[in-house]
Amino acid sequence: MKNDTILLDHGSGGLASGELIRDIFLSRLGNPVLGQLEDSAIIETDRGRLAFSTDSYVVDPLFFPGGDIGLLAVHGTINDLAMRGARPLCLSLAMILEEGLPLDDLQRIVASIDNACRESGVPVVTGDTKVVQKGKGDKVFINTSGIGLVDEGLDISARMARPGDAVILSGSMGDHGITILGQRAGISLFGNLRSDTRALHRLVQKLLATVPGGAVHTLRDPTRGGVATSLNEIAAAAGVAIELDEDCIPVTPQVAAACEILGMDPLYLANEGKCLAVVDGTHGAAALAAMHGMPEGRDARIIGRVTESPPGQVVLHTAAGGARIVRSLTGEPLPRIC
Amino acid sequence: MDYVSEFRDKTLIAPLLAELKQTLTRPLRLMEVCGTHTMAIFRHGLRAILPPEIELISGPGCPVCVTASSHIDGFLDVAQRDGVRVAIFGDLFRVPGSQSSLARAQAAGAKVEIVYSPMDALTLAEKHEGEEVVFLAVGFETTMPLVAATILEAGRRKLAHFSVFSAGKIMPPALHALLADRELALDGLLCPGHVSTIIGAEAYEPLVRDYGISCVIAGFEPVDILQAVLLLARQKRDGRAEVENGYARAVAWQGNSRARQVMNEVFAPVDTPWRGLGMIKASGMAIREEFACFDAERKFAVRLPESIEPKGCLCGEILRGRKKPQACPLFKSRCTPMDPVGPCMVSSEGTCAAYYRFGEGR
Repeated sequence: MKNDTILLDHGSGGLASGELIRDIFLSRLGNPVLGQLEDSAIIETDRGRLAFSTDSYVVDPLFFPGGDIGLLAVHGTINDLAMRGARPLCLSLAMILEEGLPLDDLQRIVASIDNACRESGVPVVTGDTKVVQKGKGDKVFINTSGIGLVDEGLDISARMARPGDAVILSGSMGDHGITILGQRAGISLFGNLRSDTRALHRLVQKLLATVPGGAVHTLRDPTRGGVATSLNEIAAAAGVAIELDEDCIPVTPQVAAACEILGMDPLYLANEGKCLAVVDGTHGAAALAAMHGMPEGRDARIIGRVTESPPGQVVLHTAAGGARIVRSLTGEPLPRIC
Repeated sequence: MDYVSEFRDKTLIAPLLAELKQTLTRPLRLMEVCGTHTMAIFRHGLRAILPPEIELISGPGCPVCVTASSHIDGFLDVAQRDGVRVAIFGDLFRVPGSQSSLARAQAAGAKVEIVYSPMDALTLAEKHEGEEVVFLAVGFETTMPLVAATILEAGRRKLAHFSVFSAGKIMPPALHALLADRELALDGLLCPGHVSTIIGAEAYEPLVRDYGISCVIAGFEPVDILQAVLLLARQKRDGRAEVENGYARAVAWQGNSRARQVMNEVFAPVDTPWRGLGMIKASGMAIREEFACFDAERKFAVRLPESIEPKGCLCGEILRGRKKPQACPLFKSRCTPMDPVGPCMVSSEGTCAAYYRFGEGR
């Protein structure tokens, strides 16, 4: 069976998404900046270095514990800028509304966007609105783009990871993914689970201000595809191996329990307020302390290290004392049968 | 005690491994019957720490993997009809039939909903009165009692536009069919924890009697699995073959008679095809005549086509424990989780998917 149409898997953030980007988009539109496949592009100008990023938000349900589509749209683009070390300046906001959307819902979403912009200090400075016929959209789609400034000499990217680096995760995995799954399924077993959506630019600035210039090699927010897919992308881009210690990876008891029940692996679940930092190993402890000093990184842990070989491989040392390979996500995570 | 972390505790695992090494008198070929065991063994990296004398062979215990392509084709036939909305468990979504899959059918316009319980399909039926909502039921004794209860509930709610397409299966006949194959030369079975909660430990006694095979029921945590392997090794060392329950916190000797009663009220045994194992007598669950109005196969007069296995695919051999995924010429080349050819690669609990995702190990 060869794929000749778009399937949901193509939007999963895993291997199928990567194949689509490579075969359809990069094959036509590829250029040295786009080809880096980073969270945002860095553009060199006479007046300084700009970071530029765009993302679209199609979450269902629109409102969920801990957030809504508006918060995600603001935080997501701020985070994509922050993951290159940029200081976000401003955002664009484009909304595609489906006929029949209650105005109350739209007001709630816009109020939420307003709050997120104020709290993060990043305003919306341009926008666009379109309305499509009932059935031609799914209530609300949002696109945000953002521009930020990057300090001279800063080169944070996936290909910069090198053997000896420490891999830090800024907090627990999978909170957003399980919250959304639980909402969709109408499962209320999991107590006070909330999405972790939040802006990470202040955490990144604190990190950059604490450890010496150049010691922060890679930053990624492990959204769709989860920590597993992000680490595979880093290992592939840098030609290094990554070893993880299951004992050290933070997962809340609620997420762990939900994953057991649904047959999910938290390594593959989406996060919206977490960052992976790959930092020169000699500065790992300082980087961790810097994160602990910020509310966004209170629960940060060193979860593993970068090694030399085999290039591109991510290995997990399990809590039980075994070891296994961790690959990129293949297909949307789906609940199992028994 | 949270009933998870203590069963992954290295300080409990180390002495189990030490005792296992002392107990082994010769190499052992053990089959883990259940797909959840296969995934747990890989997920916790247990192959890397087990003594090399233990060979673990994955059996036919993944309900999606053993669903014949003819059943998938039948599901697709129903899903693609006008006015139909099908409800499925997630792992069925990407399973290929002979031509297509439900994922591809959805991309072409079919209405496919993923549910977490068969009862959710009733809620869907109440929400979509103008459509026929069909639950596509795949599963063993673990899930089928709940499907049966759903059909009974549909009757109580008088939901005339709800039905079930049953490809449900019973595990013991498949184990008999497997063990009759002497070439397999197994030393013991790690019996499935979930299925055993329903059928009980006693269900394995005929296997011990007829084939002299050691049977140990295992839970799904590393300590559970290693303890079950140790119990099997002790039986071999002592020259015993019997049923032992290594998962007593969930499995009773007699199982769950209430669940079996509900299942037997709604379903009757029927000969059914298993992917890779062929037709097995009285191993399927057909909806009884009294509930014909909830039987999608009858409602839509579905005629199951002949099963056509994909060319070159060794899933059948793998499900019978005769071959390992690496022996398949399609493994990791034409057949990957992104574009699976056979069911062992598509199911989250399939053997090939486990070998692909977690490394091939031993």
